[in-house]
Amino acid sequence: MSNNTSRSTRHFVAPLEETPLVAIDAVKVDEKPSNLWIDAWRDARRRPIFWISGVLILLIIAVALLPSLFSPINPLTEACSLSNSNGDPSAGHLLGFTKQGCDVYARIIYGTSTSISVGLIVILLTTVLGVAFGAFGGFFGGWVDATLSRLGDIFFSIPYILAAVVIMSVLSQYRSIWTISLAIGLFAWPSTARVLRAEILRVKQADYITASEALGVSRMKILFQHVLPNSIAPVIAITTISLAGAIVAEATLSFLGVGLGGSIMSWGNDINQAQRDIRVHPQTLIWPSLALSITVFSFILLGEVVRDALDPKARALR
Amino acid sequence: MAGYIFRRVLQAIPVFFGTTFLIYFMVFAMPGDPIVALFGDKTPNPAVIEQLRQQYHLDQPFIVQYFIYIGGIFRGDFGISFSGEPVTQILARTFPVTIRLAVLALLFQSIAGIVVGLYSGLRKGKLFDSSALVVSLILISLPIFVIAYVAQYVFGVQLGWARTTVGSGAPLQDLVMPALVLASVSFAQIVRLTRSSVIETSGLDFVRTAYSKGLSRRRIVPVHILRNSLIPVVTFLATDFGVLLVGATVTEGIFNVPGVGNTLYQAIIRGEGPTVVSFVTVMVLLYLVVNLVVDLLYGLLDPRIRLVK
Repeated sequence: MSNNTSRSTRHFVAPLEETPLVAIDAVKVDEKPSNLWIDAWRDARRRPIFWISGVLILLIIAVALLPSLFSPINPLTEACSLSNSNGDPSAGHLLGFTKQGCDVYARIIYGTSTSISVGLIVILLTTVLGVAFGAFGGFFGGWVDATLSRLGDIFFSIPYILAAVVIMSVLSQYRSIWTISLAIGLFAWPSTARVLRAEILRVKQADYITASEALGVSRMKILFQHVLPNSIAPVIAITTISLAGAIVAEATLSFLGVGLGGSIMSWGNDINQAQRDIRVHPQTLIWPSLALSITVFSFILLGEVVRDALDPKARALR
Repeated sequence: MAGYIFRRVLQAIPVFFGTTFLIYFMVFAMPGDPIVALFGDKTPNPAVIEQLRQQYHLDQPFIVQYFIYIGGIFRGDFGISFSGEPVTQILARTFPVTIRLAVLALLFQSIAGIVVGLYSGLRKGKLFDSSALVVSLILISLPIFVIAYVAQYVFGVQLGWARTTVGSGAPLQDLVMPALVLASVSFAQIVRLTRSSVIETSGLDFVRTAYSKGLSRRRIVPVHILRNSLIPVVTFLATDFGVLLVGATVTEGIFNVPGVGNTLYQAIIRGEGPTVVSFVTVMVLLYLVVNLVVDLLYGLLDPRIRLVK
């Protein structure tokens, strides 16, 4: 009888010497388990365009923070001289002069922080509004979702540059980096909300959410500790591209003359001023346009890498 | 299908009231005098102010003003432009030009975008695909007014291939360059969308079945792969219509195309607030209608969509 029992035990527990040691060694207990963010970083750092766009963006941010390091002339304090009107490049003035006789290079350097600030404020605004609308709607469903989604539809149905044109026309006496960011961000958030809502609807179905519910964890705690952290990746993925979109929107509004006031250094303003002389002096239009395009290009490139890295499906398309 | 149309039209009603209310609210519920605010730095003639006050019924409470305004829209009355011409009359004159420009641009961007996207998707990772990716990223990064000015300067001023501004009556040959500029904005997006859609569809079982049945590539690519890859592209074209409207405003302004966008452009740069509001409203309504029509067509083409509650 006792002999029988020991024989049956042998069937279930393999003797230690039969398990190859290589297999045990392959399980690294002390290594941190991989997750989406670590995988994304591993994927991104292997791609040259991540490093190219990263270096460009760091350089642009440095110019935005410390313009005086890059340009000896400070266009905010040094008056422009009309005797230099539409002047050609000369020593110390690499890119020539604008119609008002200002140094083109110095204006570009000092205009960088405007674009970057507007971009950052807008994505902060669209992320906060988009996450609030998308998270509550997607998670609670029912009438909350219906109300928030319909509100989102209304804001989504007005192209955000057109909405910003109206807001900036009304706020014509209060033109600043803050008002223009508000005007753009107020109508740009529904796409963020839609992306997050769709992801939350998916994550909500997961077993670990059901388990938390069964354990009696409060709804709010489930949303903020389990659902939101696991569905934020697509929002992060579109953020960099939205930032580029916000920079373009500011430049477009300033180009139309309803953006920032003339006293604020902005590439859009400079392009607006230069357009009248495009036939005789195209350089003053080309340089700020180039600065704008390179900045937008850098953020779009980074956005591509981030999106590919965070979305395994996008990785397969490469 | 009737149920689907009914549901979709019913959904459009709150959006119609919501968007018009929002625009009206942004302009007329702000603190201070909305008429003065709309003119910015300029001080308009007191007679003009008085006339606008009457036109917008500013002596009435805000909500009454809004419904008077909505009543006007239903009767086809979008107000009077700054020059004293009714907005509807301006629309009758400028709308055909914008339609011609938009159709031309849509044709350019869809044909070129789908062809390049299909070719890229079928040759994933090859030289053509990588070059198309780089070109499309560069195009996405260039704001439309930059593209418009570069095209105007290079092809109009330097090379003399096209006229820098559009002649009266907007003949089709003058619209080619503005339409190409307008098309360049969404061309890149269509390339990328078609490409990823083609790659995805090519990996599906029915494509493999088609190959194993012995069908030729010349039949599989257009019939099985391309046709099934175009659904997201069509949806994109509808939602992208807003981008097209903004693009048309800038492009028509720069090339002086006598269209709806140019009227808005001129009103914006001259700071004629009330006209800006009227034309933005017209464009938003146009955007709503286009999206509604595309959704209905879409339900007609794809039964799965009209069955979803």
